[in-house]
Parts: sequence; C-alpha cells; structure tokens
Amino acid sequence: MALGWRSCQQLARPRVWASGSLRHFAGSLWNEYEDRAGPSYLDMQATTPVDPRVLDAMLPYYHGRFGNPHSRSHSYGWDAEEAIEKAREQIARLINADAKEIFFTSGATESNNMAIKGVAEFYEGSGKKHIVTTQTEHKCVLASCRRLEVDKGWSVTYLPVDKYGLVNLQELEDAIRDDTALVSVMHINNEIGTMQPVEEIGRICAKKQVFFHTDAAQSVGKVPVDVKHVGAALMSISAHKMYGPKGVGALYVRRKPRVRLRPVIDGGGQERGMRSGTLATPPIVGFGAAAEVCMQEMDNDTRHVQKLYKRMHDKITEELPQITLNGSPSQRWPGNVNLSFACVEGESLLMSLAKTTAVSSGSACTSASLEPSYVLRAIGVSEDLAHTSLRFGIGRFTTEAEVDNTVNDVVREVRRLREMSPLWELELEALKTGGQKQAVTWS
Amino acid sequence: MAMSLMMRRGAKGATFPRVAMVFRRGYHEVVHDHFNNPRNVGSLDKEDSNVGSALVGKASCGDVIKLQVKVSKDGVIEDAKFKTFGCGSAIASSSYATEMIIGQKVEEASKIKNTDISSHLKLPPVKIHCSVLAEEAIQAAIADYKEKQSVQSVSP
Repeated sequence: MALGWRSCQQLARPRVWASGSLRHFAGSLWNEYEDRAGPSYLDMQATTPVDPRVLDAMLPYYHGRFGNPHSRSHSYGWDAEEAIEKAREQIARLINADAKEIFFTSGATESNNMAIKGVAEFYEGSGKKHIVTTQTEHKCVLASCRRLEVDKGWSVTYLPVDKYGLVNLQELEDAIRDDTALVSVMHINNEIGTMQPVEEIGRICAKKQVFFHTDAAQSVGKVPVDVKHVGAALMSISAHKMYGPKGVGALYVRRKPRVRLRPVIDGGGQERGMRSGTLATPPIVGFGAAAEVCMQEMDNDTRHVQKLYKRMHDKITEELPQITLNGSPSQRWPGNVNLSFACVEGESLLMSLAKTTAVSSGSACTSASLEPSYVLRAIGVSEDLAHTSLRFGIGRFTTEAEVDNTVNDVVREVRRLREMSPLWELELEALKTGGQKQAVTWS
Repeated sequence: MAMSLMMRRGAKGATFPRVAMVFRRGYHEVVHDHFNNPRNVGSLDKEDSNVGSALVGKASCGDVIKLQVKVSKDGVIEDAKFKTFGCGSAIASSSYATEMIIGQKVEEASKIKNTDISSHLKLPPVKIHCSVLAEEAIQAAIADYKEKQSVQSVSP
C-alpha cells in the first residue's frame, strides 16, 4: 500500500473528542491498541512517547524534504533551513528566549557538557577556577565537573541537599567565591521529582555576578520556564523528555548580558560556530513541534498528571502501610512518584511487575554496583530503605486505567513480597511488642 | 507511508515490545520459576530444639536471608523454610537452597557450595554473591542447630 505524504498526514492527524481532552486521539497509534500485549508504560522520566502531532511534523523531512539545511545552493537546503529556523522559534517561544539564543545539540547530555566545559575553557587562565553544583545533579553534569577537576585542576563544590532534595540557598550563596565561574543546579530532579527554587538561585547568581546554568531537561514543556524570570545564563533542554524525538536537545545561551563559551565540537562552523555538524532536520522539526504542542497542552497536562498522581499516591498509601514518598511533597513535579516500600527489595518488585508495568528502580541491584542511587543517598534515605524504592513516571498519555492497574499490581506484589520478607516479619513483631524493635541477632 | 510499513510487519508487534522480550533479557527461566513459585516460604518454630535458624546478610546491601531447618532424630533435614529480602536472584537462590537440603543428611547439606546453586540457576556473574549468601545461610542454620544440640546434651 503506497501511502503518499498527504494521506499519511490524514492518518496521523488527531481527531479531538468533544471533551477537548487531546489525550483521546481517535486513530492514534497509541491508544488504538488499548488491549496491547506490552506492559503499561510508567517510566516517563526515562523517556516519553513521541506525540502523534510531532511525528506528523517530522515525517515529510524523512521522505521528500530531506535536504541538508546547510546546502546553500538549492531549494532542498533552503527548505530544510526554513524548517529548522521555525523549530528554533518554537523552542525559543516556549522558554521566552530569542531564537538567536538557541543552539541545537544531540541532547541534554551534550548541552550540559557544552555549558560546563565551554564556560570553563573560555575562562581558562583568567583566574576563574571554581564551579558550584549539587550532589543530586544528573550524571553528565557531575562527570563533566569531575573531568574539569581531574584534567584542568578546577575546584568544584558539590552542595548537599536536605531530606527533600532541596538545596539550601544560604549555603549556595556562601559557596560562591571570587573565582567562581559557574553555578549549575538542575530544575527538576529526574529521580525524585524535586523542583529547585531556580528563580531565587538566579537572583543570587545575578547579585554575585556568576553565570547560572540549569539542566531543565525534566522541566521544560512541563512547567512554565521563563529564562528571563529565572535569570539563567545557560539552560539545557531535552526533546525526548517532552514528547519529542530522541537524539536532539538544545542549549539556551543568553545574549544580554553576554555569555561566552568555547565550543566543544569543532568543524564546519554550524550554529554560528558554537556547535558544528549537520543539523538533523527531522528530529529538530519534531523538537519544535513538541515545544509548540507543550505550550498548548501545558495546563491540561499538568491537571491530568496531578490528578493521576493523587490517585496513585493516595490509593497506594491507603492500601499499604510503611510507604515513603522520596523528594519534596510540595515542591515537585507530580509526574515523578518515587516511593520506598519498606522491607521489599526494589529489583524483586520490578521483576514482579515486569510483565504488566514498565517502571524504574532507584535500587542497586539494577545497576552494576551494590551501591544504592546517589540521589537517594544524598537526601538521606536510610540504609534500610535505600534498596526498596521504585520510580513511577506519569505523563500526558498515561490513562486512569493504567494507573489503577499499576496500583492493584503493586499492592498485590508488595503484599506477596512482604510475606516472603524476614525484615517485614521483624517489623510486624516490633509493632506487636509495642514499637520496640528487638535486637536482631545476626548469625 | 509509515502506516504501510507498520502494517506489513504487523502493527501490534512493531508498535509495542513483545512480552517475550521480558524473559529474553535478564534471568534464566529457572530463576523466574523460583521467583514466581518459591518453594518453602515461611517459618519454623525457632524455640523447637530440632530447628536451626539463621539470619544472614544486610539490609543496607539489599540482601537478607532467613533460613530455618528442622532436623530429624537421625540427622536428616526433614523440613526447611526461608524468607528473603533481596532481588530475584537472592529469592531464587534461597528457594533452591531449601529444595536442595530437604531430605539430605546434615553433613551432606553443610558441603553444599554456592557454585552448586549458581550453576543450577545460571546466575550472571554480577549476581553470584546471592548464591554465596544462600550458602552462608545453610551453614549458619546448621551451626545453630548443632549448637542447640550440644547445649541440650550438656544441660542436665
């Protein structure tokens, strides 16, 4: 069946139901298979499905409109360039920036590397040799800082966080020295969903005249992010966290007052020399479309996610005792539900749920080392609970049915695993004897 | 056009991960079997003089095994029960351990090596330590039983 571009557009175009809730796409490839064979997807922090409207926008650029945007001499190139500039506009509008301040990268990891290493390299030899960041940053930020410490002799302050994952503003201000070049604090944490007070941090950095970089991969497109209100000098964005395609991201680099960076990738001088390499037109077009869709859907998405979060959290804590929510209960993105299930090991719970639900664990057994997640450790999760956590990610396309099924499965499996757990047995005994935990005699 | 490609491959299969993939990645079927249908979960009366109990491991490491054995008059393990806080490998290792030792003489059971457990379950290298803990649990339970027996024989 040879479907042309136009009929393809027809198929992917969502038909909105009268309720106005754009989640119910008739004919969308997602909801069509309600009784699908795969598990429910509740891992939105890892990645998000591509919105059908985004796929719709991208497809022509894989098919007939495949030109290299840097081909100056023909219409294939001009067409691709126009599409990219439109996407740049769409993304800039989402964060209230100017299009000239958006640089496309391969993803937030590259953007973070570019921001940290780019600033460091620019200031090499100028006397600036210090970076302030937090202990709960994404690995790419921590690894970039580590690289600067080891290779270039920079010093880095890794600020601790409180039990909710929030950084202490006074500590942050005190940590900024005369030779500090950059402060990097992520907006919303990917593991526990805690939202840092970036506007206050931006104010502190402006007062101290230090660049403020924020890794906003988990926040742009979900909560309103205005670079002018935040006062960010640099901001990293990831497309595949906002219902866009994988393999593309952006770095916002402020123009007024000017932020100077040394490029990390050299080459043909694309992106005004800041990031060489042929721009990937289809993913970028998708990124732009995702940004526009997020702007339209933000209120609806937030209400939807908040409702499902409440439903999930309330139901689980009602049915099961000894459940802890990791992260701040008030300053958070509700779509990130990181729960600790006392006396049940995370990987075993993941394994029980694997057939029906796709979630992620903050436990060690799923990583190569026996160490629990560094984020959970940083917020002071006790040793006993460190291995018991699971992260559920709720998003635009999560349905109530999925949440209900997941809650039922989780409740059932946690009860089963607690029956099998010697720690739960001790816990119950302690409760019976009036809360005094008997000394455990270890063999 | 995308639709036609998907229809050719069978839309359902192409769009969503197959259930079979869940099993292809990760553990051998044997581990899944022990995990979903664990044998001998539970507790024995730890006050019973013929029961040896052990609690090994650390919650902070993510692995705790409680193993109890009931030994008959002629030194044969007639029953064993376990409870485990740990990953799928740990649960499977302890479940298989109880299966192995029931019906064995105490001396035979104390000769069980972790490699017996890990080779049967085909554990990946990163999970071998779970079988080590299960072996420790067997040893500790037997030691506890022996200690109880010697205390009994000493007291009037």
